[in-house]
Amino acid sequence: MTAFARETWIVFWRQLRIALRNPAWVIIGLVQPVLYLSLFGPLLEPMAGILGTDNAYAIFVPGLLVQLGLFGALFAGFNLVAEWRAGVVEAERVTPASRTALLLGRVLRDVVQLLVQGVVLIALGFAFGLRASVGGMLYGLLLTLLLGAAAASASNALALVAKSEDVMAPLINSIALPLLLLSGILIPMSVGPQWLQTVSDFVPTKHVVDAIRAAFGGDFGEPILWGTVWAVVIFALFAFLGARTFRRENA
Amino acid sequence: MIHARGLARSFTTRKGRQVVEVHAVTGVDLDVEAGEIVGFLGPNGAGKTTTLRMLTTLLAPTAGSATVAGYDVATQAEDVRRSIGYVSQAGSALPEALAGEEVVDHGRLYGISKEQATRRGRELFEQLDLAGMWSRKPRAMSGGQRRRLDIAMGLVHDPKLIFLDEPTTGLDPQARANLWQHIAALRTDRGATIFLTTHYLDEADALCDRILVIDHGAIVAGDTPEALKRQVAGDLVELTLADEGGVPRAAAALSVLASGASPDVDGLTVSVRVPQAGRELAGLLRALDRDGIGLASIEVRRPTLDDVFLNLTGRSLREEAA
Repeated sequence: MTAFARETWIVFWRQLRIALRNPAWVIIGLVQPVLYLSLFGPLLEPMAGILGTDNAYAIFVPGLLVQLGLFGALFAGFNLVAEWRAGVVEAERVTPASRTALLLGRVLRDVVQLLVQGVVLIALGFAFGLRASVGGMLYGLLLTLLLGAAAASASNALALVAKSEDVMAPLINSIALPLLLLSGILIPMSVGPQWLQTVSDFVPTKHVVDAIRAAFGGDFGEPILWGTVWAVVIFALFAFLGARTFRRENA
Repeated sequence: MIHARGLARSFTTRKGRQVVEVHAVTGVDLDVEAGEIVGFLGPNGAGKTTTLRMLTTLLAPTAGSATVAGYDVATQAEDVRRSIGYVSQAGSALPEALAGEEVVDHGRLYGISKEQATRRGRELFEQLDLAGMWSRKPRAMSGGQRRRLDIAMGLVHDPKLIFLDEPTTGLDPQARANLWQHIAALRTDRGATIFLTTHYLDEADALCDRILVIDHGAIVAGDTPEALKRQVAGDLVELTLADEGGVPRAAAALSVLASGASPDVDGLTVSVRVPQAGRELAGLLRALDRDGIGLASIEVRRPTLDDVFLNLTGRSLREEAA
């Protein structure tokens, strides 16, 4: 095992251990998808016809996946602010460990959390009546993880620069809310007026949501291609920016 | 162990629309030899922590150079990090984690195996009076215990050079005295070199072989505590008289002791610095008695590092630190 992989593993395992020891973190993480499915899902069922499908959950579950990925991971940086305040970040940065590993280990924790939440969400979706292709669901989960990793990198890098919850919270909310609305996470943009559809075409995460929906529907065509390209681009961009921030002196 | 030449760091910050350059450290030269305990003394904002962060590779200098443990901080940062222990002001352990696990994980980031890190951690807990705290959360530990845990984390890879940033800030007097013993033991027991910052005079006095006084980003003096205190030119003799009538004659008598220097007079209090008060006191008392001057009190104060600081900078360290 290379030093980099070993250091990433040490950071990841420490993060996971601390998170699992906090039952609130585990419970909230698992309850969230359940609440969405049980309290919002039934509202969509009668609308299946309008949405152009016979299975509303095949539209709804992919949206929830992306929402979990974006929202959960975007707030991951709050942990880092608390760690920074306790001196943990300084203490780690003065060890010879790779600073990129310090980021990657943390992002991996968020990806694992997202994976578990995603699997729970899909399994519960089945109980509610979701029917979709297995390969498509796995592929959709993969795109979700890429997006989540990007969001977690961005959030951790932001935390390292801002070092304050008071700066981060409004900033993240002002990014996440329009992203959420314009990605068609709860209801596909295709049912909206033309101008709204045009605006949403410029939102990269909308294409990712569309791709995951297409994958769930077993339609491995053009939407999947574009969504995948966007997911990879977003991931690469924020992984790079995050790593650069962590490597910088005095970050 | 540490050699710095012209080490400087400036930050740019915005004040409204104006971009302001702040020179936190303007050019520090310092040398610390193996086995020394050196204190970096100065008020808050003097540049102590900024200098320390440059020496520990957490901050890149904007000018100058430094070698730490034989490695250049700018080009061999990783070797420097491997060779030093750093205990920051903020602490090192997460309050919600378990103390022992934090030490082991920290050691493993230095490349030490889990078994070895555990063994070293247990030893350190024993030495630092933390036995039984292995599975405790730092949140549930006292301030002194948490600080000792931070030190254990800084020592888990057995560095020969240890940086301590304000090690006893925020601790009660008993915990401070206890921590001083532990810090002094780092040298006697493991031959470590220690570089610490402090704004406490008594701490610098009690622990350090040598003190570097920093003010406004530059070192203004560096010597042993005793030699620094000698620079202040003697002990302070302070007389408080029983009545105002005696003030002029008492001032004259003190002036003789101080070889002509005029004493400070403040109401009924007359004071002057004399090279060695002990030798002069008996004669002074006899002279005052002969002249019939009544004394309310007489006090002799050995110079303190606060006097040194006041002498060097014209300001009192106590006021700054408060």
